[in-house]
Amino acid sequence: MVEVFFWPALVAYGEAAVAYASPRFTRLATWGVRIGWLAQTALLAVQAARAEGFPWTTWAGSLNLFVWLVVGAYLVWGCRPRYRLLGLAVMPVAVLMLVAAWLGGGTGAAERSDLGSVFLVLHVGLVLAAFAGFTLAAALAALYLVEERRLQRRAADILRLRLPSLVVLERVIGKTILVSLPLLTLGLVIGGVRLWQDGGGIDTLMAATILAWLVYGAFLVLRPAGRTAAHLVLLGFALVVLVRIVLAGTHS
Amino acid sequence: MKLSVVGISHHVAPVELRERVALPEADAAELARALGDAVCLSTCNRTEIYLSGDHEERALGSLERIAGEPLGGVAYRMHDEAAAVHLFRVAAGLDSLVPGESEILGQVRSAYEAVTPGPLLDHVFRQALSLGKRVRSETAIGESPASVPSAAAALASQVFGELDGRRVLLVGAGRIGELAAGSLAARGATISYVANRSPDAARELAHRFGGEPLAQDELASKLGEVDVVLASTSAPGLVLHAADVPARRRRPLFFIDIAVPRDVDPAVHELDGCYLYDIDDLEAVVSETLAGRRAEAARAERLVVEEATRFRAWQASLDVVPAIASLRARAEEIRAAELAKLGELPEDERRTLESVTAQILNKLLHLPTVRMKQAAMAAEGVAYADAVRHLFGLEDEKKR
Repeated sequence: MVEVFFWPALVAYGEAAVAYASPRFTRLATWGVRIGWLAQTALLAVQAARAEGFPWTTWAGSLNLFVWLVVGAYLVWGCRPRYRLLGLAVMPVAVLMLVAAWLGGGTGAAERSDLGSVFLVLHVGLVLAAFAGFTLAAALAALYLVEERRLQRRAADILRLRLPSLVVLERVIGKTILVSLPLLTLGLVIGGVRLWQDGGGIDTLMAATILAWLVYGAFLVLRPAGRTAAHLVLLGFALVVLVRIVLAGTHS
Repeated sequence: MKLSVVGISHHVAPVELRERVALPEADAAELARALGDAVCLSTCNRTEIYLSGDHEERALGSLERIAGEPLGGVAYRMHDEAAAVHLFRVAAGLDSLVPGESEILGQVRSAYEAVTPGPLLDHVFRQALSLGKRVRSETAIGESPASVPSAAAALASQVFGELDGRRVLLVGAGRIGELAAGSLAARGATISYVANRSPDAARELAHRFGGEPLAQDELASKLGEVDVVLASTSAPGLVLHAADVPARRRRPLFFIDIAVPRDVDPAVHELDGCYLYDIDDLEAVVSETLAGRRAEAARAERLVVEEATRFRAWQASLDVVPAIASLRARAEEIRAAELAKLGELPEDERRTLESVTAQILNKLLHLPTVRMKQAAMAAEGVAYADAVRHLFGLEDEKKR
């Protein structure tokens, strides 16, 4: 049953990743993102319906959910013809992550979960949603640095191969973090309450997540401009990568 | 019906000749009306008369009278499909000095709407206008700027996005600076200040753009208030130095220096959040966008070919349309006469009979109609049309 939704999602994301390479096919790419996201939503819905509890507890399962959140955030903020190059950055990565999730068994029918508690479901869901937002913000920050560099180098093709303007990118990055940080805050608070109840200690993954929270918090409080802002967002994302990839599996 | 075009353009005629033959819109329409079924398109780069019928010599004579000299050596003439394709390329901006310029489409529309053309010109101009719109929506031929002033404005948009509410400081009151300021204003920017060595020129330009005139020594004090600085003075040295730029800025500051010698200190470009484009940078950008336009022109040419095929099909169908219409009219006449012979019938029976006989007619005539149109495309339309007229006795109607 889940394959019925997994393959259309993967094919549609793949189509979008390829179609974004040419300005002529931007509309086709956008439809690929939309259709793929709907198919993946159905996949997650089937997984949720079949599981007893939270169905995305394994690294592969959470990667599946993470891809859905990243593409969802991209659909909300950046799925516009002018942001074609952002799509070209986001969609191939989404395809690779979805394939990795599939290879790891994260897109199949979920087994019984040990995350039965509503608290933990909220904790994991909110933290993943926030990380998806930060991933999108990082892609936008990278795009900002590319565009800024082209303006600095006075690239002759700057009007032929157009990226979104610096001011617009700055604004969208700010909004993405403004939405994502409260999600991370709530996810951390819920996890903290559970930790306090269980009487556990802070592990490396938790420390790295709190550090990421501080970096993004500093971004919102200090509101740096230009390259500094983009670098700060990428620093926060490096911590997200550390948490999601390097330290994955070290947290219980 | 014969379609022709007679005219001169930037490809063949020097500007001295083109400006003599260039007509205001009203005069061009008057000339077209005097020639009968014609449309006169007159811009700074071309004056062309599109004609339906055989009065091409009269049209050329009219142009020669206006030019005051014979145009035999430079004027071009094209007929039928070649004339239609020429108009399609003109409307698509493919025949323009700058490929893809958009103004020409409006000029073609104005020329067409200024007169009441016959069916041939009406059809070909409607096709051309629709193609012009298609080319602009389906290709990127007109998206990138093709001149230094418009490139300057497009680059400012690359930094700020929408320019609504962005403030511009214009330094110098030269023609090219004024054009660039116009491009920025057209994108929504506000020309807040105009500084110039001559206070009168500054006042006049500031008044035109709704800004405030400035003395040159006040320039530095306004840099913190503006987003774009556009410099185009004829000063022999630098007018703006890196030291004049406020150090702590939360928003970018974009400098456009189109002056030679340059007005803005190149060191400005090294400051955080500051971007400086001089005339060489702008020309490089324009040259690149023009290359892009030429690449898009190849796609636009394919759309022209499609439109030419449609025109050919339409023109060919003209040979058979009268025969098809006569055949249908004759069949309808017979059907009505036979129904009339039935006399008074109950209403529902009459309606059923009318519906059934109409369906029989349509089914019977469908295939011959399609075949005649196909034959017309293969240049056999006239033979088929004559055969149909002969077989169904439609010759008398033709004479009528």
